[in-house]
Amino acid sequence: MITQLSAAELAKKIASKEISCAEALDAHLDRIEKLDEQYGCFLAVDRERAYEDAKSAQAIVDRGEAGPLTGVPLAVKDNISTDGIETTCASKILKGYIPPFDATVVTKSKAAGMVILGKTNLDEFAMGTSTENSAYKITRNPWDTTRAPGGSSGGSAACVSAELAPLALGSDTGGSIRQPASLCGIVGFKPTYGRCSRYGLVAFGSSLDQIGPLTRTVEDAALLAEVTSGHDPMDSTSIEMAPISSANLKNGSLKGLKAALPKELFADAINSGVRAQIESAIEVLKNEGVEFTEVSIPSIEYGVTTYYIIAPAEASSNLARFDGIRYGPRSEGKGHINVVERTRAEGFGHEVKARIMIGTYALSAGYYDAFYLRAQQVRALMKQEFDKVYAEYDFILSPTSPVTAFKLGELVDDPLALKLLDFCTIPANMGGMPGISLNCGLAEGLPVGLQLLGAPLQDEKLLQIAYGVEQSLPNATQRPQIP
Amino acid sequence: MSNFVASVGMEVHAELNTQSKMFCRCPVSFGGEPNTRVCPICMGLPGTLPVPNRKAIELVLKTALALNCTIAMHSIFHRKNYFYPDLPKGYQVSQYGDTNPLGYDGYLEIPGPDGETKRVKIRRVHLEEDTGKLMHLPSGGSGVDYNRAGVPLMEIVTEFPPDITTPDEAKDYLTQLRQTLLYLGVCDGKMEEGSLRCEPNISVRIEGTDKYGTKTELKNLNSFRSVQMGVQFEVRRQIAVIEGGGTVAQETRGWNEQKEASYLMRIKEAENDYRYFPDPDLVPMCFDDEYIESLRATLPELPLAKLRRYENDLGLSTYDAGVIAADLNRVEFFEAAMELGGDPKAVCNWLTGDFAKLLNDQGLMPRESKITAAHIVELTKLIADNTISGKTAKDVFAKAFKDGRMPSEIVKESGATQISDDSVIRNLILDVLNANPEAVTKYKSGQMNVKGFLVGQVMRSSGGRANPEMVQKIVSEELEK
Ligand SMILES: [Zn+2]
Repeated sequence: MITQLSAAELAKKIASKEISCAEALDAHLDRIEKLDEQYGCFLAVDRERAYEDAKSAQAIVDRGEAGPLTGVPLAVKDNISTDGIETTCASKILKGYIPPFDATVVTKSKAAGMVILGKTNLDEFAMGTSTENSAYKITRNPWDTTRAPGGSSGGSAACVSAELAPLALGSDTGGSIRQPASLCGIVGFKPTYGRCSRYGLVAFGSSLDQIGPLTRTVEDAALLAEVTSGHDPMDSTSIEMAPISSANLKNGSLKGLKAALPKELFADAINSGVRAQIESAIEVLKNEGVEFTEVSIPSIEYGVTTYYIIAPAEASSNLARFDGIRYGPRSEGKGHINVVERTRAEGFGHEVKARIMIGTYALSAGYYDAFYLRAQQVRALMKQEFDKVYAEYDFILSPTSPVTAFKLGELVDDPLALKLLDFCTIPANMGGMPGISLNCGLAEGLPVGLQLLGAPLQDEKLLQIAYGVEQSLPNATQRPQIP
Repeated sequence: MSNFVASVGMEVHAELNTQSKMFCRCPVSFGGEPNTRVCPICMGLPGTLPVPNRKAIELVLKTALALNCTIAMHSIFHRKNYFYPDLPKGYQVSQYGDTNPLGYDGYLEIPGPDGETKRVKIRRVHLEEDTGKLMHLPSGGSGVDYNRAGVPLMEIVTEFPPDITTPDEAKDYLTQLRQTLLYLGVCDGKMEEGSLRCEPNISVRIEGTDKYGTKTELKNLNSFRSVQMGVQFEVRRQIAVIEGGGTVAQETRGWNEQKEASYLMRIKEAENDYRYFPDPDLVPMCFDDEYIESLRATLPELPLAKLRRYENDLGLSTYDAGVIAADLNRVEFFEAAMELGGDPKAVCNWLTGDFAKLLNDQGLMPRESKITAAHIVELTKLIADNTISGKTAKDVFAKAFKDGRMPSEIVKESGATQISDDSVIRNLILDVLNANPEAVTKYKSGQMNVKGFLVGQVMRSSGGRANPEMVQKIVSEELEK
């Protein structure tokens, strides 16, 4: 079946003309039509544009110029701008907003002959870890539809897991790619900050946000990272480096690699089922010749606290532009101040408002030094501590999430508990380093994500290691029971 | 009655002369249909990111150097957060901090009324982006024009406590600053179009006390005159308030040009909290000495230095030197004339006299006229060597202004050359004396004033071409014989 193929396999069949681009698109669109009511992954599917994309992709194939992902349908998280397709960030405040431009990652994907399948659900403005903060719909975990897919890239993770799309783009500010990938049993990769352009990604925490792939294999993640990364003159924070190369993905060996196990990422909060799977994966990797050492990175303890100052502070400013004046729905009011107040009061959901208020407070005169400035100092310290580890070790291994997929509604009323779940993923954003989550087995029938972290700019090396790990773990590409 | 002293702080915003906006590539120019020079970036569309305009940074650095500032070799942009419909992103990208602005701790020297120089300390020169413009629609309601949003804006703020203490100094500071910006070519300086905006803050205190009074800020000043009048009005108003037993409130006041009075715009109850923080979308600007020195090397001679050089080296009066130095077009013309060996004073007189008048009548810039520095130098030489009289020169210049021919050519063709030959003039005089014996008799009997009549007759018989000084001299000689 076309939809069961990995993106790499599908692209090969397209390049060899065994499958046409339209057939590949049809197969996925049919499946979305049949099953997305059940999963709730997509906020928008623009069939017409998708068929146009497929046509241009076929032209590339027919010219004999097909690349490694030409003709492959791509799902895009709905906080990434798509020219002509509504981009809402799952917020009412952007209902009906149609960007007049593509995000750089979308431009690059299209240039590589990929077909934009649709826009996926998320927590409003990517603020959340369950996708339940969407103003539009609930997304369900394909492993158990009574459970959350994680978040905030829950729609992207669930649609790849349910084989509604071969791969997807997400964004990761504190774990929003890796955590849903973990809960949905797929691969989620967050590149080094600055390797994928943020141009067109609706900003949440600008110094933390990074776009990356959600896929079913490490190879697919490497291929999509290669297509979407590289220097972008439209993004001042973009690093002047060549795209992340997949050329040597399969040429590595795990033998003799040194891995660090930070004890802070194996804290008591790790659920015993998760712990068991991670530990058995470590045993497998030991047999492959990886040397494991327990280390301590004390600043990790402050990661969540620090993150929940920096990210909301930046968000409070980033979200100031949503005032109903230039785009998006506008509420009626007396005078412009009242119009802005009412537009924002009616347009933003509860969690977004809470974070804007926290961030506004953290930046206020008299509190700036105690909160924002102090948080940046902790962040710098954390980066130093990680750099020290990378000087001695090839990678860091940990669980991605302390828990497996939780029940929908289970944690909705306990936002603090939800936030504490981020402690394993947040350090990669704080330090700008690349991180990847891949499935390592099941706990009570639910997938457990293994996180690998690498030194900043060492994206190729981290992917190479992840590929080796994936090949070694017997359950890495295990699929859910899906129709 | 106590004596009051005023303190005037000056906050000047100058739109920079760049081709494109600060963080996008939209063109920069004045006017135009609303919202025609905008793009997703300067409209603050979700997901857009800023990319700084290098030229704008360079222009601010040049200004900072010209204003004797310390340069921040490592400088960042901050976000200044506040809501207003003309602010597309809900924050303005600006620069915060004492030693973070591109330039800080500088000064500008201004020429005083008695030939002295006054130094006005400058606290900071920084780079930011302009906002859009809120406008009332003819159909009712209001709209926003974002054409100006994102135009690079330089802010120049004087030090506190202020060095400026009078309305005249406020005007002189602004004049000198504007000239400096024009010399540097960083801003077109058009106050009426808002590309140069000045917002003074004013306070008064009793002479001898060291506690500064409450400041008021003055807006809507769109000419030098309104700056001077506005400051003066505000100083007088504040003194009147205090003398009437009241206290000056911290407020923002607008200037009403028609009524020549300031009015209350808003009372500042508390300092706005702009929640400044480093803009995470922009990376720090780092400069090395080599780059800064290469910019310093491109600085032109600045207006005050020029004025002093004209005075000291060329012997112009302070007034004349100031009139030339104040206008770059005149400077260009004047200096070209000096290169051709022109006499400074004579050239200056033509430049600020007949030439300026004719240009003004036609609404032309000097370079748009047919007159070049060579015309003026030649004309002044024809006068100096007595080839033509000053009066004839005026006619010759008017002709040259019309058709662009060289003065010598015009003089030759019209035969308008001055007669300076002693014997020719003497013969003319003898003819006149012979024809007017009664006048000669009157002169000899003591009625000296008939000499004027005789000189006039000689000039007329020569068609105005006789050298008047020689006529005067020879008529006297002949009458005394
Ligand atoms: Zn623009």
